Parts: sequence; structure tokens; C-alpha cells
Amino acid sequence: MPTHTFVLNGKQVTADVEDDVRLLWVLRDVLGVTGPKYGCGINVCKACTSHINGKAFNPCSVRVADVEPTDEITTIEGLADTVEGDLHPMQEAWLEQDVAQCGYCQPGQIMAAVAKVKQVKAQGREITDADLDTIRNVCRCGTYVRIREAIKAGAARM
Amino acid sequence: MQRTPSDDPHLDPPAASGTSRRRFLGYVLAGTTLTVAADMRLGTPAEAAIPSPPQIAEIFDLEDLQTTTGLATANLIRITIGTDGTASFSLPRMEVGQGITTSTAMIIAEELEIPVERVTVGLAPARPELVFNQLTGGSNTTVSTFTPIRVAAAVAKGALLKAAAIQLGAVVDQLTAKAGVITAPGGASVTYGELAESAASASTQGVQVQLKAASSYTVVGKPTRRVDARDIVTGAKKFAMDLEVPDALPTMLCRPPGLNGSPKSVRNREAVLAMPGVTDVAVVDTGVAVRARTFGQCITATRALDVEWNAGGIEGEDDESILAKVRRAEVPLAVPKVPVLATQVDASFEFMFRSSAALEPNCAIADVRDGHATVWAGLKAPIVAQEDIALAVGLPLHAVTVNVITGGGSFGHKLFGDHAIEAAKVSKAMGKPVRLMWHRVDEPRQGRMHPMATSRIRATCLAGEVLTFEQRHTSIATDFGHGLGDMLTATADKLPGGLVGVGLSQSIFLLTQELPYNVGLVTQLLSETDTRFNTGSMRAIYSPDVACASELVIDMLAQKLRKDPLAFRLGLVKHDNVRGVLTKVAEVGKWGRPMAPGTAQGIAVHREYKGATAVLVEIDCRPETVNRQVRDGVTGPRVTKAVIAVDAGLVINPQGLEAQMLGGVSDGIGLALTNSVHLKDGHFLEASWDNYFYTRQWNTPLEFECVVVPSASDTPGGAGEAGVPASFAAVACAYARATGTVPRRFPINHQTLSFEPKPYTPSLPESPVDGLSHTF
Repeated sequence: MPTHTFVLNGKQVTADVEDDVRLLWVLRDVLGVTGPKYGCGINVCKACTSHINGKAFNPCSVRVADVEPTDEITTIEGLADTVEGDLHPMQEAWLEQDVAQCGYCQPGQIMAAVAKVKQVKAQGREITDADLDTIRNVCRCGTYVRIREAIKAGAARM
Repeated sequence: MQRTPSDDPHLDPPAASGTSRRRFLGYVLAGTTLTVAADMRLGTPAEAAIPSPPQIAEIFDLEDLQTTTGLATANLIRITIGTDGTASFSLPRMEVGQGITTSTAMIIAEELEIPVERVTVGLAPARPELVFNQLTGGSNTTVSTFTPIRVAAAVAKGALLKAAAIQLGAVVDQLTAKAGVITAPGGASVTYGELAESAASASTQGVQVQLKAASSYTVVGKPTRRVDARDIVTGAKKFAMDLEVPDALPTMLCRPPGLNGSPKSVRNREAVLAMPGVTDVAVVDTGVAVRARTFGQCITATRALDVEWNAGGIEGEDDESILAKVRRAEVPLAVPKVPVLATQVDASFEFMFRSSAALEPNCAIADVRDGHATVWAGLKAPIVAQEDIALAVGLPLHAVTVNVITGGGSFGHKLFGDHAIEAAKVSKAMGKPVRLMWHRVDEPRQGRMHPMATSRIRATCLAGEVLTFEQRHTSIATDFGHGLGDMLTATADKLPGGLVGVGLSQSIFLLTQELPYNVGLVTQLLSETDTRFNTGSMRAIYSPDVACASELVIDMLAQKLRKDPLAFRLGLVKHDNVRGVLTKVAEVGKWGRPMAPGTAQGIAVHREYKGATAVLVEIDCRPETVNRQVRDGVTGPRVTKAVIAVDAGLVINPQGLEAQMLGGVSDGIGLALTNSVHLKDGHFLEASWDNYFYTRQWNTPLEFECVVVPSASDTPGGAGEAGVPASFAAVACAYARATGTVPRRFPINHQTLSFEPKPYTPSLPESPVDGLSHTF
């Protein structure tokens, strides 16, 4: 069985699994990292949103064979370790706005939010309502307004 | 004195002053650490005095039904004090995001004088002895559990005080309990944790307690964050699929192309068994199950299965054919069309099928081996699921353990144990534990949905007064097979005369519907047809559709009588709580402010769940908004502002209530504008979140405000569903005012099919491989 190596939440990991298994299942079913959630499997609900080399991506739509040994994968579990302090400012903002209801989509929402804010900041801009409208993560509890407030608050501290 | 649970729990009548300072009976249970209990029958009294002539829901609504049912049959709920000073409680309800573990922790913290973070609220497994008192529905959790939980906590506090008095050499009356510490007048103190063992009792004892007065609440009513918030934002919160159950490997089903079809034979079982990661292939009634090392390998193997299927149950049907069937089932209106001198509004509205699926798909872990079944799943009616599982796998009830896991949303979807029953069947067939999950595709295509319905209304006015208001709601049958039926049967002899003997759906309808206006003779009746569909109660059951129709007609009447929609409503409202929220929402939302052409405000109210809601929205229906482009998305009109005012009785957690109202508004926007499934050639077309458009960020209001209105009621109402009906209605009313056309079919965007339907064979789509070219 092929062996795949990459960096997961700051640590080198190895998984023995077929090349074409999508990374989401390698994370969840092989490595036991369950923060990224399944909601569609076809890259539309965005519940599994994580980071690869600091950019948002959806592991449900990436073959494990396409991940390089030097690629750094960050899931919600590893987000806080990317910054100083106990939690990432976006996680803090999420707590302050008490965003979550059921919580199922929220790891993906937070990971998408962090990447979106970084993207906008890299363009030398502040985040706008138009930017927030482009976030595609589904929240079936309908927490969108609090998500927007949290992203603005988190962005101010990033 | 020992009293048995069958005695009248209301030991003392309310004081003559009218203040509710009566004493309640609770128990200190035998044990080595302090364990206390209260009887669930200590729920709030069912009767409420309301002037006649009321509709049935006014005098006895679904909340009362559930509470009363609990009174008749419930059993003990327990709180345990640990040596670490924490209080533990197993709530016989299901947390699905509505915040009941948080509000329950707050209720215990309040009565026990302990910080909220030192209360642990878990979910009780199926407890058959609770009979009818373990159903999470009808926004009834806090209504029915508020008093019993407080009684148990008060008993615990009393026992701790008693033990502290001995230890500190003081009398109980001199002691103060605060933040989990009991202090004597001299300053000596002892913690709850230190008392947990000495406060325990060698035998079970009944004790009378008095509850804290509402005026001294410091926790109840204070905005409080969810107790699981940190676990959620760090990814630590566990849902059913995240649990570590040894050898419970991923399992998924290949499902039939037709609705409720079934497998006839598998032509390539051996070939699929030989595929990477696959351990088992088994045929069950709902499809062909594949168990593998990863879900990815389940999907790949499922796609390779060559299955011969029996036909589905709705061959050849489509939206229009089913709608015609619903139309044929409509009960005629009683008031003749256009009586002499009168004016009439005669309107009919259509509501398409909607999926009630949550973001967490149907899933369950099951281990059915060696004469025992253990299941882990999100279940709002776990006792019913336990019975169904026992029947499905041929085991006695006592050999079936059903663990209730916090759910990733429900919206009514998890009232049914479909996923748990299916997992148990598959586990039995394979002889191994399984971690079964539905693919997203399966949810809108084979899962439970909110039925298609029509609502016909005829209202008659004479000399500026509304004399009659008749509503005939006709629907594809809603499945209530999850146990409400039992509750109704058990409660039938206690129902007001008019309810006995009417059908189950009729009863639910009559118990929930109430037109909050003085509009003369009111009749709201339900008829149902066609039981072939997989339906269920979606958040607020009939109310969103019924309220949308009736509020649109109220606006049409106002227009006919040349009155302002707000002023017209204020002139008709029957109840102070409705008037209160309506006045507040109009003030905060600036009703009547000038709006640009193509944009408008809409306002609507709803009264249910022992409370009232009013919603004011502003909608933008201008072409540049309606036609804005979002990749693979439905756009259409946008609600730019939403204000909701709610009177929910005594509020435990205002922050949680506001969250539920926000969710209700998001639901209402989706119901009015975008979410529906399309039926064509016997198939539902939708198969993903980019087919089925629940409200998304690009349709979220840019301004939102929720106002929790002080209530005249000192008991809690329901929160989880209350925000939906008026939100749906307000968006519909705003759309009608913005466009000058009253919409007749919902959602308004139903006619826009924005996607190419995915194939039915194979039943699951392949996961893409281009994820790395879509990073940001």
C-alpha cells in the first residue's frame, strides 16, 4: 500500500493508504483528525475547509497522492498553534460573538474566515460586505449574521 | 415523611398573594456521593385562562399537550454532585444546536448557586421508563423541564447546606451558599466538592423544597455563551461520526434511483468486495451497503456496484401532478363567494417540497452482535428509535442500548430514527460494527422532507370590518410516526372536547395554529393526502406556510380597506404579547420609512410556543440585485435588513434566544426565496448544497437586529422554532409590496432551476480531484 507523508498541524505524519483516497478521509478515517467535517464530498458545502500552506482548501477534493511531503496542512485543531497565545484571534472573535449553534460547520467557517481575511489584507484592503458575500460555507443553522460580525472583529486583530 | 411519586407534587396551594412560592417534592437518592432527583411531572400547569371565543391552540396548545403528557407518565431525573465540586445532569432531550445544554446548565447553576462552567449537562440515553417524556420537539424542552430541574437542584443545595451545618457547627439558616462554597457566619467555609460524600444519603428520602424567587435570579436571564463554544471553535466537539468506536468502519449505501425503491440483486458483489479498502457488502431493504476502511473507498465502491432495483413509489410524478393531487384534496370553503354588499379576498398559495436535512447528514454507529445492539446517533425520539431498532434486528427491547449524541442540526429531521435503524440492520447483516453515513446526495433524494402544500384563504369584509377568515391548508401527509401519536393517544382523554376523535395531523394542526387577529369567524382547517413521500416535521411544522398565507391575506385586506399594514394589524390583534412585539419591531425597524422603487418593507407576526414574534424586513427586488451573479448560486431578491422582536416568556439565556431568532430569520428567508426540491419524472432533482439553496452569505441581511421584549409571563416559552413563521411571512409580504405582485408559489425562485441534475446511476457522484486549484 502506498505511503504518503505530509506535515499535519506542525507534525510530520505518514499514512498508508491508496493514492486516490481524498485527503478528508485520510485525515478523518486514517489519522483520526475529526475537526474537518463532511457535508457534501464535492467541494460545495465547505464544511471540511482547512489550510494548505496557509491557504484555504477543501480536502474532500484533493487526492492524498497530490499532497507533497513538504506541504503543511492545518486543520481547525492546529489553527491556534499558528499564532502566539491560547487561541487564534478568529477563534476568540467566534467565542465573543457566540457564533455557533450546532457547531458542525463552524470549523470550516473559521478556517475559511482566516484565509479570506489574509487574502483581503494581502490586497491591502479591509474586509467588506462584498468579500463576506463570497464565502460559500453553508450554515444550516443560519448563523450567517454572527459569522460576519465575528470575521470583522477577528480581522481587526489579525 | 416519604411520599411516592404518584402523590400530588403541588404540596401547597399558591399563596393568596398570587406569588408562586409553593413547595415542591424532590428526592435525595441513596448513594455514596450526593445524588438528587425530581419527578418530570413537576412541569408547569397546563391550563391558561384566555378570553373566549378562542381557537383550540389558544387554550391548549402543543406545549401543553407535551407538558401534560409528561405529567402523566414521567419519571425521575437526577443531578449528581462530584467530589470535584461539579454538578452532573443527563438531560433526557437532544442538543441539536438550539442551546438546551447551555440553558439547562444555567438553570441548575442558578438554583444550586454554582458557576455555570461547573455544571456538566450530558444527554441521557434512551430511557424507556420515561415513556412519553423523552421527545425533543415542539420547542418544548425548557417549557417541560424548567421546574423539575430546578427542584432537583434545590434538593441538592438543601442537602449540601445540611451537611455543611454539621461540618461547620452552624444551623442551616445561618449559612450562605455562593459559587459552590458554603460559608458560616464566622467565615469558616466548605466547598460543595468537600461535601459531596458527607451530604450523600444511605437511603432515598423525599424532601420538600422551595425554589428561588425570580427576583433573585443572577444567572437565569443573563446573556451566556454556549457551554460547548470552545470545543466547537477548536474542533474538539464530537458528533456521531467523530466517536471512537472500535472496528466501526465507514459504511455507506448505494441507494435506488427511484424514491423508496429497493434492491433486487447485486450483479458484481465479488468484484466490489475485492476493491481497495472494502470489507463487506450487504443488501438491506433501503439499498446496498458497503463497509470500507475510509468513506472515500465506500463512495468509490458504491459507484462500482451493479444493482438491479425495484421501482420507486412515485414513478412518473412531478411537481405539477402532485400539486394537482393536493388541489383535489382541498376542502371547500364555507362562506359563499362574494355575498351581497361584501368585499372579499380570495387567495390561494402553493408551497413546494423542501428538504429538512441538517448539515450533518443522517449518520449512526451501530454494533449488533451476540444478541445485543448498541447504537450511537442523534435522535430526538430515542425511545421510539429503540423500539424500532429492536423490531428491525429481532432483539428484545432490553438488549438494545441507544446512546443519544449531540447533533449537527436537526430542524425536525432527527425526530425519526431512519439512520439508526438502517445502521443497526446493516451491522446485523454484516455481523460487524458499522459507522454509517448518508451521502449528501441521499438527503434531498431519499430523505425526509417538508411536504408540498396549498393554503387557500377567503376573507370577507363588510363596512370596513373583517367578518370571516377561512383558511384551508392542504398538504401531502406529514409523517408523525415518531411518537407524538402515542403522546396524543395517551392524552386524548384530557383534551378539550373538540379535539377527541380527530386525526393525528389534524390534532397537531389544531394545537399549533392560531390566527392572532379579531377577524370575525375564523376557521383554519387541514386536510392531507398521499402518504408515499418521506416527510416529517420541519422546524415549526405547518406554521411557516400557514402564517405566510394568512399574513399575505392580512396585507391584501389592508390594501383593499386602504389601511397601512401595521395600523391594520394593530387594530386587529387579540393579545398583548402580539401587540407588544409588533409595536417594538415597527419602532426599531423604522416602519414606514421612505423606500426606493423596487424595494419595500414587510411586517408580520406569529403567536405560538407560549410567546409571540414580529418581524420587519426590507427587501431589494431591483433588477441589478435580483440578477446579480454568484457562481453556481441562486441569487434573486435580497433581504437587506431584518428586525425580529420576540416575547418568549421567561428567558433563560437571551443570547441563546437571539441565536434561535437569527436562525429562524435565515430559515424564513430561504423558505420565501430559495429553498425547495424539484420533483420530475419520479425523482427529486436536488443532490447537493449547490442544488438545494438554503440561505447563503450572499442572501444574508446586511443589517439584523433581535429585540427580546420583556414578558408578562413568568414561565419559559419555546425558542427553537418561534422565529421561522413570521420571518417567512414578512419576506413574502415585503416581496409583494416591492414588486406589486402577491407571490402565489413558494419559494419565489422555485421556477429557476440553476443546475444540471446529477445522475441517479451510479447513485453517488465522484469527489473532485481539483481542490488544489481552488485555494484562497
